[in-house]
Order: sequence, then structure tokens, then C-alpha cells
Amino acid sequence: MTQKVYAMPDEKGHFGIYGGRYVPETLMTAVIELEEEYQRALKDPEFSRELNYLLKEYVGRETPLYFAENLTKHANGAKIYLKREDLNHTGAHKINNTIGQALLTARMGKRKVVAETGAGQHGVATATVCALLNLDCVIFMGEEDVRRQELNVFRMELLGAKVISVKSGSATLKDAVNEALRYWVANVHDTHYILGSVMGPHPFPKMVRDFQSVIGQESKAQYLEKEGKAPNAVVACIGGGSNSIGMFHPFIEDKSVKMFGVEAAGQGVETQFHAASLTKGKPGILHGAMMYLLQDEDGQVQEAHSISAGLDYPGVGPEHSHLQDIGRVSYESITDDEALDAFQLLAKTEGIIPALESAHAVAYAIKLAAGMNREEGIIVCLSGRGDKDVHSVKEKLGGRNHE
Amino acid sequence: MNRIEKAFHQTERKSFVPYIMAGDGGLDTLKDRLLFLEKSGATAVELGIPFSDPVADGPTIQQAGIRALKAGTTLRKTLKAISECRNEVSIPLIVMTYINPVLSFGIDAFAEAAAAAGIDGCIIPDLPIEEEHLISGALEGKAIELIRLVTITSPPERIKAIVSRGNGYIYAVTVAGITGTRSGFNPDLGAFLQKVKELSPIPVLAGFGISTPDHVRDVSKYCDGVIVGSRIIDLFEQNELDEIKKLISASIAIQA
Repeated sequence: MTQKVYAMPDEKGHFGIYGGRYVPETLMTAVIELEEEYQRALKDPEFSRELNYLLKEYVGRETPLYFAENLTKHANGAKIYLKREDLNHTGAHKINNTIGQALLTARMGKRKVVAETGAGQHGVATATVCALLNLDCVIFMGEEDVRRQELNVFRMELLGAKVISVKSGSATLKDAVNEALRYWVANVHDTHYILGSVMGPHPFPKMVRDFQSVIGQESKAQYLEKEGKAPNAVVACIGGGSNSIGMFHPFIEDKSVKMFGVEAAGQGVETQFHAASLTKGKPGILHGAMMYLLQDEDGQVQEAHSISAGLDYPGVGPEHSHLQDIGRVSYESITDDEALDAFQLLAKTEGIIPALESAHAVAYAIKLAAGMNREEGIIVCLSGRGDKDVHSVKEKLGGRNHE
Repeated sequence: MNRIEKAFHQTERKSFVPYIMAGDGGLDTLKDRLLFLEKSGATAVELGIPFSDPVADGPTIQQAGIRALKAGTTLRKTLKAISECRNEVSIPLIVMTYINPVLSFGIDAFAEAAAAAGIDGCIIPDLPIEEEHLISGALEGKAIELIRLVTITSPPERIKAIVSRGNGYIYAVTVAGITGTRSGFNPDLGAFLQKVKELSPIPVLAGFGISTPDHVRDVSKYCDGVIVGSRIIDLFEQNELDEIKKLISASIAIQA
């Protein structure tokens, strides 16, 4: 029997039933143009040369695959390796994608960029490359996130971006995407939308995945060099799902590698306050793609809840939706409290303060490692650093850590 | 001849299609509003279904949707309200909804319930022709027209592809942007509408940003009529019924 090679999406951007292009007609010309330009760029050695140059010299790739010995001892099981995306310029994996898309923007002859941001990491990464490539930059951010991530707002402004606070709906990432799409509809002739995750209409889920796959490609080679074999498992957190798909995609054909995506359980998946789209949602269409979606019985999209602004999204990338249906990836969830514990634990054991998003992956990896033996190994995508979260974690913990 | 074709055939004037948000003001106002619009000379009515994330809509329709959702409006309740008054309203009724509420309802179940309620057509702004197979078969099976949109950003070959599949009428979006009133129109609007008109075998109605009697007169020159949404919603909200009549009769004044 021949094994079918994983080749998703199809040419129309479908991952099984998921994905596609559910956008207003006004945007169709732009997404088709983007897809064509992306295809041309992929065949152009000059594009990959420029991309690789910037990833190495500007972003600081490759990032280390760090053996977290103290954390491993704490978990008392499989070896835990951290893929240090937090060490990228701007402090998260988001820049892998924004560099690629900003280069495409310039190739399309557009000089303006719009983007959404949740935690602010994608906004900062977008504002950064726009400064570098001299592109005008407008960032939409939910009012609630502006409050939670005040410092990142100031960073974006320092970098020359205009940050627009979004008050509609839940005033978080979902609403920022709505406003960014509306802005794009009105300015599509000269503006590119740098979407920050593996969501939205085709070709975004594929293109963002491709730009982020550098995470998994490097990890695979680095782990092989250190351990002489493939890891037993890879773990990454999921909001829209860009760092996780970047980690997972290069391992999809390695059937011995188990993959775990970690959603935000917020106050618990049994409550109404979580962001666990894959665990609790059902297929729906939002922001241009079919995907698992938190929605009520009438198809109204529900608000997501997570301590982490970057995971606070009611949908999840179409490819993750497909990977769940075919059973290739296990999707788990971690609560706010578990993430907060992991946040502090990683700081104390390894001297690394992770982003709250990444702390969800760390929390799950500790549980997973504990049930595995010492010869086995796990790679955790440490998608971002936690400086941005120190303030809100302090608020949350109060004085609890003082003697 | 179906109800939409009939409405466009019988009229000796340019068409005027108002858009209202179902459940804005409560679903119990629906019947009165439909009867009022019909009596005032509307060719057909587009009935919006509120959605939590209306990316193609500007502030007015967003707010109307929020009001309707707060009043407990759903697609199911709207179809029920329509079926209860359908025998009193003779003009075509077109449902305008984002795709997710339909998907959640169930595509076949929706087609069946909409047909039973006497719905003549359906507009889904986030369903381009590339994805319409999701629902087009089910609608065809129930003789509900899928009304397609072309926009000022659609290149000629796309316009051709869209109008060639056309049912009911073509919804020509006059702006690169979202719904809502605006001060001026793109200088290429006339040329765009004429181009669509040339290519389309079915009536072409212009919509988005049309808010005054002058707009109605000016834009109607280039096509078969207009669709007015945000302004109608505002006027109902302010209970300015005479202004609605004036808008609709601005269209009546034009001889086709």
C-alpha cells in the first residue's frame, strides 16, 4: 500500500473541508494577486537570498535549541529542549513571517501595510520590518489588549507605526482582525495586509506556515545533531496557530514524532471562559476561512478568554482544524493558572521568562515529560519572551511572591 | 417568471431596494416596516441577518446588528417572522447574511426553511464565486436566487465570470470599502456601472454609500437602480418615515 504524502492545501487553499477564501468580493483581486506574487517569489532565488539574509543578519537566526536540564530534572522524565524563538529580534517568532510578507509587499509595489495584533508581538514585528523597509504601517489592536500590553503599544509607536485601538465587540484580537479587514477593503489598491497567523483567506494560512516552517526545519536538524535521532514529541501553543504549525509542518511525515498543540483553557474548558477552539468549537467560517470556531447555536462567534492576549482568539488555523480531524496532532489545553505556574517555574529553574503564550506549551510539556522515560526527548517551541507580560503577571500575582 | 424577475419587468422606473436589519427595533416591527416600504414604492427588500463579525459593514449596520442581536434576533426567528407576514407582502424579499449563521443553521435546512418562508433570494457578502458551491446547489434546488456581487475592484474578466452566473440581479458595489454613507463617489463609478451593465444579462443594482435623493438619481442613471442600507437604517432608527419616502420617490422620478 502506498502512503499518501501530506500535501495541503489544495490549489484553492482547502485543507480538507477547512480553509478557502470566504472574503468580500472587494478583496478577491488582492488575495489572488498576493497568491500569484508569492508563487513567483518562491521561484525567485533573489527573494530567498534576501529573506535568508535578513533572517540571519537582522533577526538573528538560527535560534538555539536549548537543552533545559533544570526543567528536565524538575519534570523527572523525558529530556526537554526549548526552541528559543524568544531570542529572535523583537522577541518572538512573529518576525519570521513579517519579514517575508514585507518583502512581498515591496515586490507588489505597495508601500503601505495594515496588520492586527493581539499580544502586540505581531504588531511590533510588523512595525519593525516596516521601519526597516520604509513602509507606512497601521496596526489595529483591541482596546482590552492595548490596556494589557501598554508597553508594546509604545514600542510600535516608537517604530513609526500608527496604532488604532478597537472598541467593537470583545475589543480583543478577533475585533482587531475585523477592523484590519475593513481597513484593507477600503485601502486595498495601495495596502497589503500582513496577517500574523495561519488564518484568513488563502494564501495566508499556507504562506504564513511556509515562512514559519523555519522553526521546525531548524529544530529537526539541531535535534538530530544533538541526539542523533528524531524527537519523540514536539509541543507548541496555539492561538491562531502560527508558531505551532511552523514547528509541526516539517515533522508531519515523521510518523514517530508525536505532536501536541496546546490551546488556552482560560478558567477551564468546562467554563465559558476559554479559548479552546479545537477542543470545544465546531466548524464555522470567520475571517476568510473555514475552521473550528467558538460559536453559539445560531452561528454567532463567541468571545474567547485567556490570560494571554496572543491566544485570545475564537478560531484556529484551518490546517490545525484538518490535522485534528485526521488525528495527526493531539490538541490539549492548559488553564490560566497552569500557565502562570509554568511562567514562574521556567523563570526560576532556567532563568528564562517566557511569553504567557509559550508558558502554556511549557506547562503541557512538563506534564508530558513526566509520563515519558529519560531516553526520550521533547522539543517545546518557546515562541516568545515574557517581558511584555511581566506587568500583567505582577497584577495577577499581587504580592504573592514576596517574603 | 419568478417574483424577482417580475418585479424588474413590471417596473417602468429604476428600481429602489432598501436594506433593513432584521430585528432592529424588534422582530415584531418587521411586518410594519415591510408593508411601509412596499407601499412607499420599494421594488424589493433586502433583509439583513445580524452577525457578530460583519467585516463588510460600516458603523451604522454594525450598530443595527448589535441592537438586533441584543433583542435576541436569530436567522431562525427571522424566517419565522417572515413566513407569518409573507402573504401580506407581495414584493420580493432577499435575505442578506454572512455565511456562518447559514452554515450553523445547516445549508439544506436553510434553503428549505427560506423557501418555506417565501424568501426569493439570498446575498452572502463573504461568499465569492470560488466558494459558492457550498450553498448554490441547495439554493437552486429550492428556486432561491443567489445574488452575486461585483465590485469596483473586480477586473473585467472577473466581472464577466460573475455576471454570467447571475441570478436575480447583480449587486454592484460602488466603492472599495465597507457599507455606510460617505461624502463622494469614485470618479470611475459611472464607467464601472456601465461596464457591468454591458456585460450583464440581468438587472444591475448599485449599492454601498448611497444616502441622498441626489445619489439615488445620479447613480441610477448608469444602471437599473440602487440599494440603500445604512441611510434607511438611520431613518427608521430616528423614525423619519417621510425621509424614507422621499428617498424612494427620488428613484420613481426617473424614467427608464
